[in-house]
Amino acid sequence: MQEGLFAQVNLPKVYRRRRLTNNFMLGLTGIALFLAIVPLIWIIVYVLIKGGHYINLDFFIHLPRPMGTQGGGVLHAIEGSFIMVIIASIFAIPPALLAAFYLVTYPNTLLSDTVRFSTDLLAGVPSIVIGLFGYAVIVVPQKHYSALAGGVVLALIMLPVVIRSAEEMLKLVPSELREGALALGAPEWKTALKVMLPAAAEGVLTGIMLSVARAAGETAPLLFTALGNDNFEIGRFIHYGIASHQSVINIIGQILSQPADALPLTLWKYAQQPYPERVKQAWAVALVLMLFVLTLNITARVWLAKRKSRIRR
Amino acid sequence: MQNTLPIKMEIQELSVFYKSFRALNKVTMPVYEHKVTAIIGPSGCGKSTLLRSLNRMTDLVPGALIEGKVLLDGEDIYDPKKDVVDVRRRVGMVFQHPNPFPMSIYDNVAFGPRLYGLKKRAFLDELVEKSLRSAALWDEVKDKLHQSGMALSGGQQQRLCIARAIAIEPEVILMDEPASALDPVATLRIEELIFQLKERFSIVIVTHNMQQAARVSDYTTFLLMNEERAGELIEFNVTTTLFTRPKDKRTEDYITGRFG
Ligand SMILES: Nc1ncnc2c1ncn2[C@@H]1O[C@H](COP(=O)(O)OP(=O)(O)O)[C@@H](O)[C@H]1O
Ligand SMILES: [Mg+2]
Repeated sequence: MQEGLFAQVNLPKVYRRRRLTNNFMLGLTGIALFLAIVPLIWIIVYVLIKGGHYINLDFFIHLPRPMGTQGGGVLHAIEGSFIMVIIASIFAIPPALLAAFYLVTYPNTLLSDTVRFSTDLLAGVPSIVIGLFGYAVIVVPQKHYSALAGGVVLALIMLPVVIRSAEEMLKLVPSELREGALALGAPEWKTALKVMLPAAAEGVLTGIMLSVARAAGETAPLLFTALGNDNFEIGRFIHYGIASHQSVINIIGQILSQPADALPLTLWKYAQQPYPERVKQAWAVALVLMLFVLTLNITARVWLAKRKSRIRR
Repeated sequence: MQNTLPIKMEIQELSVFYKSFRALNKVTMPVYEHKVTAIIGPSGCGKSTLLRSLNRMTDLVPGALIEGKVLLDGEDIYDPKKDVVDVRRRVGMVFQHPNPFPMSIYDNVAFGPRLYGLKKRAFLDELVEKSLRSAALWDEVKDKLHQSGMALSGGQQQRLCIARAIAIEPEVILMDEPASALDPVATLRIEELIFQLKERFSIVIVTHNMQQAARVSDYTTFLLMNEERAGELIEFNVTTTLFTRPKDKRTEDYITGRFG
């Protein structure tokens, strides 16, 4: 038997108990992991089965047919989502990046604390309230629903996501990189643009993609702003605009001032229709939306991994 | 002998505060032209603070305050009329951890010159080559100038940072423990490089490695914290004198390894 310190304990027994505990906890974590993954796989498979066999080319290139008839597609929703996400990105990303730069350059000022606090609050505001806000400040004064209004409220949803993720990513850039540029006499803005942003590009872009995915999946804020529009088709405006010799700005303006549809909005509307055809289409829309968001996420990650292996040794 | 040497920078009664904390207390010392001046002392005694006050990197620390003067060719760099960009162009810096920018080797070296409006391709090509040669890096990278500077080894990265610093032809180069993150071979190459660079530049190097200070420097400053944890200059002298016949008991204790 053991002597000295361990004489009074049965070491093999201690070891056995430790092994058992270890296996038990490992099993628990395994089960928890399984529980976390199951819902995701379940949703993906379920939506694939329900929506999969309805997806065909027509679905992507045609506008909806009248209620109760067969066929037709959701081109209006695809184009609407696309346009509004672009508007949202234009409105949200530049100011969000500037704010993030401010936050990492001056982390402890009153203004930066205020910005952080308000950003967190904004992130916590229910999206339907943001929609109502868009209704009050854009739709009511303009007296019509529009893609522009939809894009602006989506921008408000993206803003805090981009600010906080970009701040986190910029914070990871070693301070010596910034100091290195400033020590050469570079101005702050050039340091930010040419040194800090490229150094954090991967993370910042992931944040942006995630925020886009988030905006693309929102329904509630669009109810009061974009409203929905079965006939939204960019091609028609462009054709008409060119035929009547309008300027590019004019054409864009016309597109933006139309009420617009979006994938989640269409999904929400179709799912409540009494026509089985529409409900089937709703599943197909769900599938398209899900694939879009998944692709965005996966692309972001794959792209990141590639870039990382190229830039970092 | 000291008095006849040309003085590049003169630090006069320099105190540096971080908010109300005095990190450096009334330091006075010269930086001789085309000489290597080492700053040694235990960690936290204000070596980096002293070094960074020589090209106004202290401006970047909110709440940092400077008292006293730092003369560059007789002009106070803290004079409100003095342009901080001009100070940093004339006094370059190399950091403890190699910090190549996330861009190609070429663009790293050309970054500084471009800031000052040097944009002509042929001219830049020449300048980049010259700087990389001076930093003893040219032969290793001449075939991959357009690959990322971050793909180099640690020692190569540090020499790239040196090339980047000398590309704008500063008059003084500040180095903050430039070899402390490198392996012995890479360290040796940096030390040899410093030896060559002093022909063209005045160099101030912080190191906590006393052998290194003894090897590379002509002059050495020994700093130590006083009771209030403010760094004070204990002794400044020709390196060989300071290491063989220190005047102050505390210097002797430090270099013989009795504390620090
Ligand atoms: N940015 C800063 N803000 C506040 N205190 C600082 C800052 N930088 C350094 N100090 C303090 O100043 C003292 C000297 O630091 P430093 O110059 O980095 O010493 P060394 O380089 O000799 O190790 C230390 O007590 C350190 O905590
Ligand atoms: Mg230091």
